[in-house]
Amino acid sequence: MAFLSELKQDTQNALKYYRAAYSLVHELRAHETNMLEIKTMAGFINYKICRLCFQHNTPLDAIAQFRKHIDLCKKKIGSAELAFEHSAWMSKQFQSFGELFDEAIKLGLTAIQTQNPGFYYQQAACYSQDRKQMAQQLCQAGTTYPSPDPLDTQSGGLDFYGQRPWRQGHQSIDPTDPEKEKMGILALQIKERDVPHSELIIALLSNAVAQFKKYKCPRMKSHLMVQMGEEYYHAKDYTKALKLLDYVMCDYRTERWWPLLTAILTTALRCAYLMASVKDYIIYCMELLGRASTLKEEQKSRIEKNLFKVLMNKVPEAEAECDPSSVSAARSLWSDRMALSGSNELTVEMQDYIPFIQCKARFQSPSFHVDQPIQLQVFLRADCPHPVSFTKLSVSLSNQEYNQWCVVEPSGPETRTLSPWKPESYSFSFVARTEDVGRKVEITGVEVMLGSDGGRCVFLSWRGAGGDAASTQEALQASRSSRRWGRGAEARQEPDWDGVTLQHSTMIISRVPKISVQLSHQPPALSNEMYRIGLTVQSQEDAVARDVRLTAGLKPGQEAGLGQNTHVTLDGSAVCDDSAPALLTEVPLGDLKPGEQLQTCVFVRCVSTGPRVFLFHVAYSIDTAVEGRRIVCRCHKDETVAVETVVPFDVSVKFVSTKFEPLEQVAVDVPFLLMTDVLSSSPWPLLLSSSQLQLLTVTSNTPQLQSQLQQVVLQTGEGASECFCLRVPPGASSNSTMATGQYILSWRRKCYGSDGPLIQTTVPLPHVVLESVPLYIYADLPSFGRVRESLPVRYHIENRTAQLQEVEIAVDPSDAFMFSGLKQVRLRVLPGTEQALLYNFYPLMAGYQTLPQLSLSLPHCPTASGTALRRFLPQRIFVKPQGRQADDASIAAA
Amino acid sequence: MKCFNYPLYIRSVPSQNELKFHYTVHTSLDVVEEKVSAVGKSIGDQRELYLGLLYPTEDYKVYGYVTNSKVKFVIVVDSSNTSLRDNEIRSMFRKLHNSFTDVMCNPFYNPGDPIQSKAFNGIVSGMMVQTG
Repeated sequence: MAFLSELKQDTQNALKYYRAAYSLVHELRAHETNMLEIKTMAGFINYKICRLCFQHNTPLDAIAQFRKHIDLCKKKIGSAELAFEHSAWMSKQFQSFGELFDEAIKLGLTAIQTQNPGFYYQQAACYSQDRKQMAQQLCQAGTTYPSPDPLDTQSGGLDFYGQRPWRQGHQSIDPTDPEKEKMGILALQIKERDVPHSELIIALLSNAVAQFKKYKCPRMKSHLMVQMGEEYYHAKDYTKALKLLDYVMCDYRTERWWPLLTAILTTALRCAYLMASVKDYIIYCMELLGRASTLKEEQKSRIEKNLFKVLMNKVPEAEAECDPSSVSAARSLWSDRMALSGSNELTVEMQDYIPFIQCKARFQSPSFHVDQPIQLQVFLRADCPHPVSFTKLSVSLSNQEYNQWCVVEPSGPETRTLSPWKPESYSFSFVARTEDVGRKVEITGVEVMLGSDGGRCVFLSWRGAGGDAASTQEALQASRSSRRWGRGAEARQEPDWDGVTLQHSTMIISRVPKISVQLSHQPPALSNEMYRIGLTVQSQEDAVARDVRLTAGLKPGQEAGLGQNTHVTLDGSAVCDDSAPALLTEVPLGDLKPGEQLQTCVFVRCVSTGPRVFLFHVAYSIDTAVEGRRIVCRCHKDETVAVETVVPFDVSVKFVSTKFEPLEQVAVDVPFLLMTDVLSSSPWPLLLSSSQLQLLTVTSNTPQLQSQLQQVVLQTGEGASECFCLRVPPGASSNSTMATGQYILSWRRKCYGSDGPLIQTTVPLPHVVLESVPLYIYADLPSFGRVRESLPVRYHIENRTAQLQEVEIAVDPSDAFMFSGLKQVRLRVLPGTEQALLYNFYPLMAGYQTLPQLSLSLPHCPTASGTALRRFLPQRIFVKPQGRQADDASIAAA
Repeated sequence: MKCFNYPLYIRSVPSQNELKFHYTVHTSLDVVEEKVSAVGKSIGDQRELYLGLLYPTEDYKVYGYVTNSKVKFVIVVDSSNTSLRDNEIRSMFRKLHNSFTDVMCNPFYNPGDPIQSKAFNGIVSGMMVQTG
């Protein structure tokens, strides 16, 4: 029915019918005789159900159905003699389900890590293994195949699947013919013996491996590969077995799961033995003897003996649990191998294994001075139960020339022996070459030779400074525990193995200099000055320091722009220019006898402000002896100094009118004042040597412009001012800005004395805005007046325009003065000419008095107001009190 | 039974087939790692320590538990043993974890060394006897 539905493509119905059929099959009375039949039927139907479930995209149903099926059938073993048949059937079930699952996945089903075909393949393989075991147990009886063949049916096929061929047609449950039954079972057993179990298992396992690889189960994969390896071993395909085992051993080694690793190694060792593969045998022996192996002591000692037999070129004893027939084959293989004389040298790279000899090499210090011998220690420890002797220990270093000093080759017959668990240390020392100063010397490898030239020798070679696949983790553990128990370990006499850390490289550094370098200077530096740094080199050497050289200047590796802003020179007599370098290199200073002292000065010019670091590097050569060898060492001493550069002084410039009122605009052809203020901000006294005004377009009102700051010394915070009277020449266009020139100061630090060069600091003067006035008025008056003495004042009115100007002038009365002259006047000034007005003021009071004010107005020229003109006129005058000549005379008389 | 990707402590009650259990526990780490990394991405720190049934085999059930410091505990029980429900397993893990914490609190214990504590051993034995 179901089959019909399926043919009709009515899969839902088909599934229903199949389910019914399945339960019917299980309702049948099961007995030993028809068990196989029932199981076969159930298997078919189950297969159909599962397949349909997958087709319906209900994988969970399929899996549940399969589980139910397996649970139901698991116990139905059938006849004990044919138990292998049951296992085979189970295996088949799992395999076909796995295949179904896999197919479904190919059609778009997604599987997960914990539910994928791999598990079913694995289980199938597992049952296959069971089958093999049972077959081995059960199928030893029959030696001859019974005849006539009970499995041979006349019809050439069976009526129903799963029926015993010799029982065809019988319906009753009891066996009809016990003799025939026995024959049949025997025939089946013999047939079973011919089945290539291992191949089946391996095929299933490799299927499973492929699945697990897909579903990210690396450990599951390794486990299965171990099983495959073991199966190959059983199948006597040792090469393949070793290949697989070797592959997974690394995984287990990194996982640090020692019991498992040991188990694998044991199998691998057996393979190697049976193959008589010397190298593999030795490697597995060494690892099984090592600390990672969980084997018992007596097993270890047996393996060690075997290992030494191999090293002596003898045949090792057979491994336990080996097939006797293969052992004899292996033995002959071994003796053949041993008879071969060549190729008895073997190098084994240790860092991939966990061998029974541990090695740790270290330099005594991370760096050695070139005049010290370099000390190197190699620690060896054997983890095996018996003492091991080795014939040679050699260390190879990155510079081949040193290798000759790093070999221990025991002279005579006695060999170096490593007692179990007792660390031995071997020390080497050698002298570094002077060319290697500043270079690193690294341990590239350590080699221990086991065995002798006569027998077989094995070079155990560690890359770098020793250590193997497990030692990094151990070192980590050790560092954790030593943090707690560090003090206890130091007290112990014996070197603590775990506490020995690797030091695989050392730096050869130059000899410690025995000179002192002292710097004397007065920070901070002032910008642009020739900053003097005194350098004193004092020799404390016992011999002559030859070829002393100085490198001085800006320390490399600072801010990028500093190199252009810093100049270093040895010549302090003149200000250096920009071509001077930032770093003076290799300045020869001659030789220095013991105890002698050498002095020199370096001058630094810092253009910009800010911090700088200067480096003083004094290098020299000296002859010295190390362990009897004479060498020439170059030593050097570095001294650095950080110097801040500051501005020495601030210069401020302002323009004022002749009345000392600040000016925003400068009138053309009217005198004005330029005030300069120099404020010292240097912590050291400054000597201002002179100042100079370089004028552009503006002319000086004083014919001989002289500096008012000759040889002035400024302390910190003090200021110096200058005042210049200037005038913009007529003809300059109004309302424009104009450059006025620059102000130059020459100065130096006072403490540098007269030998220090003068530094010129140039301050650009601000630009001025020009204005032109139509009418200029100025007063000619004495610098002071006296009470009740006449004070003649002459006002000049100048017409600067091309037109005739009419001016109205009135004089306002003042309390402090009486005056004579024109009180109110109206006059005309011709273009380019001037008019003078003379007044006689007569002061009445002493002190600063306001002059009678002239009020001007220009009726024809509204742009120039009277007040604008008034700023040119003096406002006040100092009036001295009346002299007392009479009293003075009387005093003189008295 | 538990591990740090290398075992700190392993015990099994029928000791004859120990190697097989080693393999079982070792392979279960695949699933543990997968679960831990999946959880770490989604929820962050709020992680359930108990991972539940890791994977079913024909004969055994493997349960996993991971502490916040990524110490893994794995319990393998016979799949025919139906008396052990999820809750029991959970409480076993909690007990194990507590005991493990005690071990770690021992100032003489160096983290990463194999556990040799008698108290821990006692707890494990007790649990094994109890489950039979």
